[in-house]
Amino acid sequence: MASKQYKNVYLNDYFTLVGPLEKMSHLKKYNLAMDDYYYKEKTFEQAEVKMQNVVVDNIMSRNCLNNSDINLLIGGDLTNQIAVSNYNAKKYNIPFIGLYSACATFTEELIIASNFVDCSGYKKILTVVSSHNLTAEKQFRYPVEYGAPRPHTSTFTTTGAIATLIGKKEGNIKIESSTIGRVIDMDVSDANNMGAVMAPAAASTLVEHLNDLKRDVSYYDLILTGDLGCVGGKIFQEFLEKNHNIFLKKYMDAGCELFLDSQETYAGGSGPACLPLVLFNKILTTKKYKKILIIGTGALHSTTFVNQKKSIPAIAHAVSLEVC
Amino acid sequence: MTKDDYKKLVKKHTPREPKLRNIVVAFFAGGFIGFFAEFLIYMLQESFGMSKVIAGSWTCLIIIAISSILTAFGFFDNWVNKCKCGLIIPTTGFAHSVTGSALDYKKDGLITGLGSNIFKLAGSVILYGVISAFILVVIRVVING
Repeated sequence: MASKQYKNVYLNDYFTLVGPLEKMSHLKKYNLAMDDYYYKEKTFEQAEVKMQNVVVDNIMSRNCLNNSDINLLIGGDLTNQIAVSNYNAKKYNIPFIGLYSACATFTEELIIASNFVDCSGYKKILTVVSSHNLTAEKQFRYPVEYGAPRPHTSTFTTTGAIATLIGKKEGNIKIESSTIGRVIDMDVSDANNMGAVMAPAAASTLVEHLNDLKRDVSYYDLILTGDLGCVGGKIFQEFLEKNHNIFLKKYMDAGCELFLDSQETYAGGSGPACLPLVLFNKILTTKKYKKILIIGTGALHSTTFVNQKKSIPAIAHAVSLEVC
Repeated sequence: MTKDDYKKLVKKHTPREPKLRNIVVAFFAGGFIGFFAEFLIYMLQESFGMSKVIAGSWTCLIIIAISSILTAFGFFDNWVNKCKCGLIIPTTGFAHSVTGSALDYKKDGLITGLGSNIFKLAGSVILYGVISAFILVVIRVVING
């Protein structure tokens, strides 16, 4: 069984930093914003390390925590060898786990942190996740200045960094249960249509979650997928209807909810930072939803394998949150 | 659902690219660059008394210099998407791809970054350009003797 329920695990605090384009999007009440992609550093990669540093520093000082108060730091990002998270972690003298699940990294971090808190008696765990549009573009697509024409299925990597504090202390956001996803490959190899790559993985995880916990989809006030985008979101809904006879009524996709139409990001936002930014700075600010299922979706895209004409596998992890 | 069924589902939801509009936009954008270049050639011939071949070479250099400078100012970031391939296919695109790669990788070191990545995008154009030129010359020699 891939699902697990937790007794006393809470998301005690979060701190968000958004990029220049995200600052002018649908997001509200973010903690900090960047004016430009360099963030007063020399390179984009170093800027992303600084972004992680800033959110971790702020969440620690806001909760009056020292390095020794935190049992574990979990970090992830999109760069090769998750270098950004490693360079961030070297600043802190805290035991560290680095994760990579592409854009599903945030939910994977929540699952691992919740398991440690629930089973191992860890009291406070910090998670940090970030993505930077230009480091991702440089790594996965073309050099930054090139600005190649993009098709309407393509998504725009979100710039942002988010730190969360997870612990036993009772709080407003409870991490209720989670489901670890399986790697699914439906033979899509179009790197410009990541929504289509990830939709079957999201469906598989959702179905597994509902079956394991014997719930109906109407149990949740909102089902929020990570970054399927506007195109992938529609594919996801129809895939569920045709294959599993599940009709989603209260459904949103974080990627599709993030940017304004005028920002010309086509199918919407993507990247590990997309889901947490929309969750914390848009969905939770409305205070409308009590039971939220977040499904982080990751396309496990490797340029090497795609160049060798292989399809792109995908994974999705789900976390159920209860907000009071 | 089989993988083929899924491909059909994806196709159904994939928005169609406005190909005809893109072609027209690219035609006029690329055409404008061609018009500008022709104007330069004419002007160089008239004002500096150059022969047509020499004026053509100078025009090429001027276009390359202008597009490289525009790359540095971030002009292409916004305009490539608006003008589609109209900006990329002429010499402007070649110059832009070299300058873009150079700008991007200069921070990774002069040899390991800039040197080894400057032709990241333009490398294919150079390699296959030279090969096809060679093949065409061989064909010409065989036919014409």
